[in-house]
Amino acid sequence: MENLTKKDFTSDQEIRWCPGCGDYAILNSMQKALPNLGRKKEEFVFISGIGCSSRFPYYMNTYGFHSIHGRAPAFATGIKLANPNLSVWQITGDGDALAIGGNHFIHALRRNIDINILLFNNEIYGLTKGQFSPTSQKGIKTKSNPHGTTDTPFSPSDLAIGSQSSFFARVVDTNPRLMQSIFVEAEQHRGTSLIEILQNCVIFNDKTFDAITGKDFKKDAQLILEDGKPMIFGSEMNKGITLNGLKLEVVTIGENGVKEEDVLVHDAKEEDPTLHSMLARMQPPEFPAALGIIRSVKRKTFDSGVLSQIEHEKENSKFKTIDEIINSGDTWEV
Amino acid sequence: MKKNTEPIDLEKVVIKFAGDSGDGMQFSGNQFTNTSALLGNDLSTFPDYPAEIRAPQGTIAGVSGFQIHIGSIHINTPGDIADVLVAMNPAALKSNRKSIKKGGIIIVNIDSFTKKDLEKAGYDNSPLSDNSLDEFQVIEAPISKLTRESLKDSKLSSKSISQSKNMFALGIVYWMFNRPMTPTENFINKKFSEKSEIAKGNIKVLHTGYNFANTIEAFSSSYTVKSAKLEKGRYRNVMGNQAIAWGFIAASEKSGKELFLGSYPITPASDILHELAKYKNLGVKTFQAEDEIAGICSAIGASFAGNLGITTTSGPGFSLKGEALGLAIMTELPLVVVDVQRGGPSTGLPTKTEQSDLMQALYGRNGESPAVVIACSTPSNCFDWSFMASKITLEYNTPVILLSDGYLGNGSEPWKIKTIKDMPDITPLIAKEGENYQPYLRDKKTLARKLAIPGTKGLEHRLGGLEKEDISGNVSYDSENHEKMCNIRSEKIKKISEIIPIQEVYGKTNADLLVIGWGGTYGSLYSSVDNLINEGKSIALTQFNYIHPLPKNTLELLNRYKKIVVCELNSGQFANYLRMNFQGIIFEQYNKLQGLPFTTLELESHFKTLLD
Repeated sequence: MENLTKKDFTSDQEIRWCPGCGDYAILNSMQKALPNLGRKKEEFVFISGIGCSSRFPYYMNTYGFHSIHGRAPAFATGIKLANPNLSVWQITGDGDALAIGGNHFIHALRRNIDINILLFNNEIYGLTKGQFSPTSQKGIKTKSNPHGTTDTPFSPSDLAIGSQSSFFARVVDTNPRLMQSIFVEAEQHRGTSLIEILQNCVIFNDKTFDAITGKDFKKDAQLILEDGKPMIFGSEMNKGITLNGLKLEVVTIGENGVKEEDVLVHDAKEEDPTLHSMLARMQPPEFPAALGIIRSVKRKTFDSGVLSQIEHEKENSKFKTIDEIINSGDTWEV
Repeated sequence: MKKNTEPIDLEKVVIKFAGDSGDGMQFSGNQFTNTSALLGNDLSTFPDYPAEIRAPQGTIAGVSGFQIHIGSIHINTPGDIADVLVAMNPAALKSNRKSIKKGGIIIVNIDSFTKKDLEKAGYDNSPLSDNSLDEFQVIEAPISKLTRESLKDSKLSSKSISQSKNMFALGIVYWMFNRPMTPTENFINKKFSEKSEIAKGNIKVLHTGYNFANTIEAFSSSYTVKSAKLEKGRYRNVMGNQAIAWGFIAASEKSGKELFLGSYPITPASDILHELAKYKNLGVKTFQAEDEIAGICSAIGASFAGNLGITTTSGPGFSLKGEALGLAIMTELPLVVVDVQRGGPSTGLPTKTEQSDLMQALYGRNGESPAVVIACSTPSNCFDWSFMASKITLEYNTPVILLSDGYLGNGSEPWKIKTIKDMPDITPLIAKEGENYQPYLRDKKTLARKLAIPGTKGLEHRLGGLEKEDISGNVSYDSENHEKMCNIRSEKIKKISEIIPIQEVYGKTNADLLVIGWGGTYGSLYSSVDNLINEGKSIALTQFNYIHPLPKNTLELLNRYKKIVVCELNSGQFANYLRMNFQGIIFEQYNKLQGLPFTTLELESHFKTLLD
């Protein structure tokens, strides 16, 4: 296996995202992550829909397809079924995946086709210049709703879990190291791996994730989950998450008799998604935002199911060619 | 019954099975078809059924019919009107009353002519007792009663017994036309191999019907239809949708490309999906997508990754696929879109035939987005056209739209089985490892670009819907490049006319009237023109399969005729397309928008008027 580096994955195209856009960090992390996967460069395919994020494939020196708005999961599904040896990555945004492409998004997840979806969630439409998206906070004022939205936003994690998602992770565009490791884990998971990236749009929705990513308080606003580890966070690493009845609670270890062993231990592999869903819903200021791999369970993939049926039929059928098919059954000679 | 009477030999006969949509008329019709095919008759069939699975029982809306035309001569259409009608209830009689030949035979299930059934069909009085059917020979058969009687000792439920009455009707018709019952018996035994009670019951009822016809003295004679003089070879009966599916598999074998179908169920195209889904043993991948758009997009994805990607649909679904089809045109990938047309606009007439998606196929996309458009014209040549559509799309790397219609898709006829090795070769245009690959560098002759398949070392590249720079394929907003690329995409399609055969004419090259048709109207147009030629009329027919591009001799051909009439099942879409392409030529029109095929009678009468 040749030694690949970030440079091998960098295309010669000029990058056209706005200066300061969170997308740069994501691209950079991806180019650094791919050489660690032990795969050949020609096996990677990046598929996107429409939107700022969807320009991503042009900047990757891999096979790539910038398709049409919302439909990338369908293209990715066709590609993976055509050649299951490929490593297929879908790049999408909150408008592309959750508005126009909502249908394909949920169906990819429920089928569990073996692809990786990077959901760049900036809670706004960037490319069309600043309209609200299905994840925009309720009440946000934009050009297309100057009096404030009356829409209730989607929760991507709940949508994913409701669609039987087998892998859901969340990262922030300000943490490249976490992104790189999650990208690697997503690729190694068999099935649809969904990574929600909280991504800042400097032009139309700047600082929208500041409550999570702000330098001064991010340690108190982020819980980076690790499978098998207690859910401890905070600038002094003394805060933890416990379950009180049916609700999560933030506790301080050493206060009110709370001990480290009272804190919940993360189990990403738990089939029951209830706790995963509760963790994914946590929001500052009451809670830290959960980052890292929230859910990762084993489930048969769609592509392996399709292919094993084909293999089985090929082995067990007496018909091997179309000639044999059309000459079988009721035929007669003239 | 004069049992010793020799059967009367008929050259051709049209039989229609009609009943409630749950009465199993499609089954009876298909069985009669297969048996007649095995006897060597030429034939053509036309199922006519309601859009609802079970429309209100006993009503006109719920009538399901299956018409079959068999002959010892060449048969091109399912026939205009029936010589024999089997009517399982009053509604079936009423809805077919106008399409039975004078002097024809009507077999009615007398048990379903109760007051309630007559009311449901809208009859005030029973047509069996008011002399309104005097011009026909009516045979009243107690089909329900005798079916029950014959199965009274079986363990079958009363529902199963009632469902067997179509076999009684089939038995009667088998006797009338001296058909053997063995093929149907074999079929039933196989179909119900794990439900032997049902198999036994059905076969018993079939025999009961046969014996009933033999015993009663209602039939003055039975009939035979001798085998037709078909070209030597091995034959089978085939439906249009089935033939399309097989043509794709043949193309997949011939090209060495795996076949991928992305599709969403829609009437009347779903049978192509059903047929292809059977052949996992041949490596066929079928993906029932979440919607029409995902169907086409997954097929484009599969083509990008090296498969022969196809998608199948009907009008409403074809509308939804427009944007993705534009992407396949921009990215110049192989893709066949099959549109089995039905009555429109909107949901329209899902189970009825029409040719009204032509303009949509030609122009129904944003931007200048030319695609190859091909139309099938008989149920069996659907095989050849899906094969050719695949060949063109793989050799030119450009999408092909294949138009069929409900009449072709569900219709059937005998097919002389093709041998795959005799089909033309297909050579996909693909770049190899080590090439200095430029995604939009073109073959000088065909203007086709090469594909580079993901997984091929060193050929990594990006495609997309944004305008491409000539040769490099990089994104380009340059105005002159855009115009150049639009021209190239258009020119590339035009160049395909170099490889397509010249347009042929049936009839004299200088006839007084040239009839033009395209696609699925071939059978009725051919029959009517053929009849008129035999009557000594100066008339000719040309039927188009290649719509875009048109065969290169089209103008020269049109110029030979003084009078031209374009016949189509829409309001004149092909006529307008010809006017656009060939200004100065006068095209008369004959159009029909009733969800039904042309009858040869109406065509002949119209052509005679034009010839006067």
